[in-house]
Amino acid sequence: MIRVDNLVKTFGDFTAVKGISFDVKQGEIFAFLGPNGAGKTTTIKMLTTLLKPTSGTVELDGLNPMLQQKEARQRFGIVFQDPSLDGEQTAYENMELHGVLYRVPRKVRTERIESLLKLFELWDRKDSYVKEFSGGMKRRLEIARGFLHTPKILFLDEPTLGLDPQSRNQLWSHVKRLNETEKTTVFLTTHYMDEADRVAHRIAIVDHGQLIAQGTSAELKASTNTESLEEAFLALTGESLRDESASTAEGMRQMARMWRR
Amino acid sequence: MSAIYILWLRELKRYTRSRVQIIASLGQPLLYLLALGFGLGPVFERAGNGSYVQFIAPGVVGMSILFMCIFSGISILWDRQFGFLKETLVAPVSRMQIMLGRTLGSATVATFQGVLVFIICLIAGLRPHNWATALPQAFVFMAMVAITFAALGTAFGSVIKDMQGFPIVMNFMVMPMFFLSGALYPLSHLPSVLTVITRLDPLTYGIDGLRGSLTGVWHFNFALDVAVMAFIAAAFLSLGAYFFSKIQI
Repeated sequence: MIRVDNLVKTFGDFTAVKGISFDVKQGEIFAFLGPNGAGKTTTIKMLTTLLKPTSGTVELDGLNPMLQQKEARQRFGIVFQDPSLDGEQTAYENMELHGVLYRVPRKVRTERIESLLKLFELWDRKDSYVKEFSGGMKRRLEIARGFLHTPKILFLDEPTLGLDPQSRNQLWSHVKRLNETEKTTVFLTTHYMDEADRVAHRIAIVDHGQLIAQGTSAELKASTNTESLEEAFLALTGESLRDESASTAEGMRQMARMWRR
Repeated sequence: MSAIYILWLRELKRYTRSRVQIIASLGQPLLYLLALGFGLGPVFERAGNGSYVQFIAPGVVGMSILFMCIFSGISILWDRQFGFLKETLVAPVSRMQIMLGRTLGSATVATFQGVLVFIICLIAGLRPHNWATALPQAFVFMAMVAITFAALGTAFGSVIKDMQGFPIVMNFMVMPMFFLSGALYPLSHLPSVLTVITRLDPLTYGIDGLRGSLTGVWHFNFALDVAVMAFIAAAFLSLGAYFFSKIQI
């Protein structure tokens, strides 16, 4: 479903992604793990047509996302690291807008919005403005929205960041359920190793822009002689801390957070 | 088409839902109309130019449309900040459609705002010289000014990356455009430098069109104003579309 071959991305003289290759099969839940600044988000951006790779190839459901942008976008859904909802519209309107942008026929749209909002336990709040939602509710709405146009692949970039254990737990149950019922391939990144361990069929670990290991959780633990995925992760990526430089967008977000307080 | 429609609708919803903002944005035109209109009125009349309220009202309508458009355009920045922009930019819809939906939405909202200010002007004492021709003509100019500057607003919103850029746009682009447009003073008998600058200001033709339609006093003429505005609208729409297509997220 996703095929990545020798993917490279350089920004000036900095190489963020240094020749990554992997395959994700149809219906698989694939976790893409790595410390901050390892190149996860850059890779997701290249997979989702937002960034042009410097070299290497990406194939989504047999399509080249750079050449067949629209067709590729129709086939995947994405939940970004930071929120992408319209706070000034209601939950239902956010879903509706997404459905229209992705050309979901009206009848299907109405049915799917209802069933997805019910599944993610947001139906009672469908007419509330999104700006009144809690972090967990916003995330649920975003994931429900990502499934709306029945994508073949769903990208989840750190979807559980900042959520309480209850919300995280529930969120992953829903994702797993939809992965089983709709056969959606899921590509996720997270910093919570227990989540990856529980949810993902296969795991890839990246560091400094390179893929350093991949396999099932059991295989990763066996190869590093460790008990948990967290230990395996640390054994593979080392204990040193990583710093990421903040972008202007990140700076603005911090400002917005300050104002909201 | 439906993508353009749903994004257009979003701009309208955003406007109608923030009633406080609608009232707040009427404050500035009201201040210009009342403080300047009645404050400078006696001087203006003694200079032999007739009623100043009558003169300044079309300028104030044009100003409110201009400001509304720029504010809507700058809202791209908020959408970038709160992430909604990304949702539209990864959708299987061309950037052109997204840009058109947003721009036409803010143009519609700004036209509506212009109509509101126009009604206030009527209450304050504006008397169109001929109701039957003045209203439709003035509406055409309001819509043209709205589309032109909504497109310019989109261009600004696409180019500047954070809120620090906003005062630069306001102080070096928008305010000069307003003050040099003939909204506040007649364009005849100006120093030659100012004559040249006012003629380069796109808003000049919109204000002149509005004033001519409403009061029958033209600096240029209907055909020239329409032609120039149409040309600038096309140019700014292309500019807006170009910069919007260059947005990186």
